[in-house]
Amino acid sequence: MKKALSLMLALVMVLALAACGGSSTDAGSSTPAETTTPAATESSTPAPAGAQVFKLGGTGPLTGGAAIYGQACANAAQIAVEEINAAGGNIQFELNYQDDAHDAEKAVNAYNTLKDWGMQISLGSVTSTPCVATSAETFSDRIFALTPSASSVAVIDGKDNQFQMCFTDPNQGSASAQYIADKGLATKVAVIWKNDDVYSKGIYDTFMAAAPGLGLEVVSDTTFQDGNDTNFSVQIADAQSKGAELVFLPMYYTPASLIFAQAKAAGYAPIWFGVDGMDGILTLEGFDTSLAEGVMLLTPFNADSDDQRTQNFVAKYQEKFGDIPNQFAADAYDCVYAYAQALEAANATADMSAEQLCDLMIGQFTSMNFDGLTGDGMSWDASGAVTKSPKGMVIQNGAYVGLD
Amino acid sequence: MSFLDSLISGISLGSVYAIIALGYTMVYGIAKMLNFAHGDVIMVGAYICFFAVTRFNLPPLVGILVAVLLCTVLGITIEKLAYAPLRSAPSLAVLITAIGVSYFLQNAALLLWSPNPKVFPNFFILHGADGAEQTGLELGSLRISYVTLVTIVVCVVIMLVLTFFINNGKLGKAMRAVSEDKDAARLMGINVNTTISVTFAIGSGLAAIAGVLYMSAYPTLVPTTGSMPGIKAFTAAVFGGIGSIPGAFLGGLLLGVIEIFAKAYISTQLSDAVVFAVLIVVLLVKPSGLLGKVVREKV
Repeated sequence: MKKALSLMLALVMVLALAACGGSSTDAGSSTPAETTTPAATESSTPAPAGAQVFKLGGTGPLTGGAAIYGQACANAAQIAVEEINAAGGNIQFELNYQDDAHDAEKAVNAYNTLKDWGMQISLGSVTSTPCVATSAETFSDRIFALTPSASSVAVIDGKDNQFQMCFTDPNQGSASAQYIADKGLATKVAVIWKNDDVYSKGIYDTFMAAAPGLGLEVVSDTTFQDGNDTNFSVQIADAQSKGAELVFLPMYYTPASLIFAQAKAAGYAPIWFGVDGMDGILTLEGFDTSLAEGVMLLTPFNADSDDQRTQNFVAKYQEKFGDIPNQFAADAYDCVYAYAQALEAANATADMSAEQLCDLMIGQFTSMNFDGLTGDGMSWDASGAVTKSPKGMVIQNGAYVGLD
Repeated sequence: MSFLDSLISGISLGSVYAIIALGYTMVYGIAKMLNFAHGDVIMVGAYICFFAVTRFNLPPLVGILVAVLLCTVLGITIEKLAYAPLRSAPSLAVLITAIGVSYFLQNAALLLWSPNPKVFPNFFILHGADGAEQTGLELGSLRISYVTLVTIVVCVVIMLVLTFFINNGKLGKAMRAVSEDKDAARLMGINVNTTISVTFAIGSGLAAIAGVLYMSAYPTLVPTTGSMPGIKAFTAAVFGGIGSIPGAFLGGLLLGVIEIFAKAYISTQLSDAVVFAVLIVVLLVKPSGLLGKVVREKV
């Protein structure tokens, strides 16, 4: 009797939690009744007659620790698809984002779900580790993929039909070193990086390779890793005692926020220089933005830009999802528009197979120029890496301000 | 970084490990089970306090009390639903259930509170005569934060109260009896289930306090906040001798100090390797931990 009661209680608890979750995680699902794939987001606007409706799929962490990135991409892609479909042009999309929980194995499963659904072109995966797995699949299945944000080189390496909307990690490292040297920000530099993270290591490696040639002296080189990412006193003291004028932080903003707070407590105020992972620090709930005052970062997207398209996008995103979109969102938005441009230019039709579209897209992407939120005149080389110029940004009075 | 700086930094990290380790060791000492969900109860406690203070604008002290209260209820609920039905099951089954509960709490927190990090407010700020905010004591070039001081004081107080509680009074006696031999305790008329529930209630209440202090020192709050410090604190508890309350305190402090020294004097890349190498050496020399009791198996 008691056992049955506790079992029932447990069930009630689980159901209650599930119900809470459904309403509070607005992963952009417009069809809450869809019980079989609760994490999937589909937009099903009826297409006008005669238009070509392409099935566009992607995977991303809609749940789990990296959900902030997956949700940003899924939400922004949804906005772009709705805009394009509402404009009623020849090219129309049906979008299907599947959850991969930032896990390679789940990503392949999600990818197979998309294939069964009939995906013709792919948005790859949002984060690097799953995307390395899915890109191997899309490569062998000859489905063209353009990932918004999986920046690891391994995603595109040796695969002719895998393209990126974001910079590859190494580019960020050398571009940052170049920027620091060009602007004469500092000569003595410290680097704090996360040595169990491919993203951080990739940027670190190229930064270190580029720095000596540009007259930058790396005086302090310290690391941290998962589970060791709360106390940065040693790293900060090392940079401080060796007289570093600038500290380069190739990492995401969560540990960075702790570094800023602990450096302030230690009375150390160098120039902080971040990469795209720093994007989002100002929206961190409860964060004292004065700690990030003067932090510089290279990022392709600035939500506060005066650019009309950016402002429209930010307004729409905020209205729909209640957040300021980050760079991941802008990249995903650009991906959909780049597809629309390429499909239009290639005169693609929706009855083409994924393989036919793949060949057309390779031709288009290696030859076209694309103007998006994250840069003007973007182009891609045959490796699938994008060329666009990073914008220097500085945080002033709690907002990102363009430097150039 | 000078030796004294490193020492203070190590103590401040270690005091956080120590306060988490106290909860681990107390539950293990009495219920003889590793409650791997302890770290996640810490996370829940921190979230409750965060929301109480930032959303409902309660004063910090009330926020902490609310967190302690709700975590106690949560601890009892977990114990009743997940552990009590397995009372006679092998200890491995309970261990796996505890890991399951840990994941359940993490994922429930992800659903309820989203993965976006939240920055925990610092409650331990004094305003100096000139109105400037002070977060710590300055002694020449040395600096020790109030959070660290408070954490150490709270640790010592909890340690003394727990030791007193377990060594005196009826419930304490019952706890010790249950810890020694459940069946014999039951024969003596001790309600084993209630005793273990009370143990969990206390352990979870302590977790809430630990959560608040941990977050005050290292303020980034995410649903996985509890998992790594939970494991480190568990290591600290084993280091000091699991089941021993002063051992948890000592183990936590030492672990923090060793970690910081390893970072400062050896390499930031190798610090965890050094910490765990020390642990292995200690366990080789003294398998029951620094202050652990040697229990002879009766054959």
